[in-house]
Amino acid sequence: MIEESLLAPADAIFQATVDAGEYFIHTLRAGQVFRIVDLEGNQAADTLFYNANDVAERYCANNTIRAQGNIYLTTDSVLKTNLDNNLLQIVADTCGRHDTLGGACATESNTVRYDLEKRTMHACRDSWMLAIQEQPQYGLDKDDITHNINFFMNVPVTTDGKLTFADGISAPGKYVELQALMDTVVLISNCPQLNNPCNGYNPTPIEILVWDGNTN
Amino acid sequence: MSEADNQSEADNQSEATTKSRPAPELIYQTTLTSGHHWSLPIRRGYSLSMQVVSGQTNVGMLFYNPTLLHEKYNAPDTLKCQHTFQLSAGNCLYSDMGRIFCSVVEDSFGGHDTVCGNLNAQQVAERWAGRHYQSQRNEWAQNGYDSFVTELAKYGLSGRHMAGNINWFSHVAVDEAGNMALSDKSAAGTHVTLRFEMDTLVLLHTCPHPMDMSETYPNAETAFTITRAAPVEASDPCLNHCEENRRGFRNNALYHMEPAYD
Repeated sequence: MIEESLLAPADAIFQATVDAGEYFIHTLRAGQVFRIVDLEGNQAADTLFYNANDVAERYCANNTIRAQGNIYLTTDSVLKTNLDNNLLQIVADTCGRHDTLGGACATESNTVRYDLEKRTMHACRDSWMLAIQEQPQYGLDKDDITHNINFFMNVPVTTDGKLTFADGISAPGKYVELQALMDTVVLISNCPQLNNPCNGYNPTPIEILVWDGNTN
Repeated sequence: MSEADNQSEADNQSEATTKSRPAPELIYQTTLTSGHHWSLPIRRGYSLSMQVVSGQTNVGMLFYNPTLLHEKYNAPDTLKCQHTFQLSAGNCLYSDMGRIFCSVVEDSFGGHDTVCGNLNAQQVAERWAGRHYQSQRNEWAQNGYDSFVTELAKYGLSGRHMAGNINWFSHVAVDEAGNMALSDKSAAGTHVTLRFEMDTLVLLHTCPHPMDMSETYPNAETAFTITRAAPVEASDPCLNHCEENRRGFRNNALYHMEPAYD
């Protein structure tokens, strides 16, 4: 569901631009609002969320889609943890649909999907592996890198049960905004994938904005 | 090559083409009722068959590499590599390292769920009854989440290591708007057979599917049979299901330090 935000970028307390192929990690306090902007369009932002006070509790795609009875994420979707608690809620969305079934690209799955000789092409899971090594203060390890959300990615399931990777429905400037319902660690890989249309074969930067909850 | 050798080779070929394949060697068979959990390593070259004996079965399942425990079943990779939302005959079940744990070599159900996860103790208590061994004994209202963490702990793992699982014998349909419905459940005699393509630690439970809204906690019985599998041949339907599976089998061949099948 398309829902525009009333928040002004000028009021944001934090701003960052994340190039394709880079990771972003940040702690949100409960109540803060977090926006990801698809600056140039058709860019997948592969995202994981954790309870900042105990990262063993994390975003769970299974619990999230089952609780809302629908496989797509958009405005009003509540993101659930593996313990079935409420983690964040999508409060604005100008794209309309986000995937949480397709997972993240990895050098290993690239060998299966495309070619064994593409094993060294950069992939989201490698960005996350580097993130957990470079940012040990978050206490994350490989087993915390799980089933993610692909913001701005279009992965329709057909009524006969096929999973398809379609051209993006995002466009330059589209955004999704989430409010943290608990203190939350955000870990994003701005997807470097060059082998499928999830980035329009042209990975581009995203922008991150954070507002304090009382301005919402 | 002598005439005798030629004759002997012809005899061998004739024997190979006329001899029927030997019946799979039975290793073990057991049955589980609803609300139970189990785990065991299943070696490469062996098969696990599951057959519904009675009732509405759901079998939750996870796979780990027993020697590299951080390698685990990955539902998103499994689905996107095969362009499917559900699991049927011909599909391979992938690890997060691009390797194939096992292949679905037989399936009379079609379209098993691998996106709905498990129920936890509170959800089972709200829907049916709280788990209480003292009063329920072997019919206790166990849940999938606690089943898996219990089995994970036996290998030094925790809930942190729990991936999204498979729910065998539960079919979830999705409409054009993305709405999900548990549209099909199991019937007696329905069966599925997995052939293991690498040594695999299998964790399983027989707790209800998360979208099961039955009036009472399920009371089903499922048979589990382990047999020695026939060797994978170049014409194998799972290997040839799609280009992606041929590449997955090549990753397994590399893992086993063997030449690829194709």
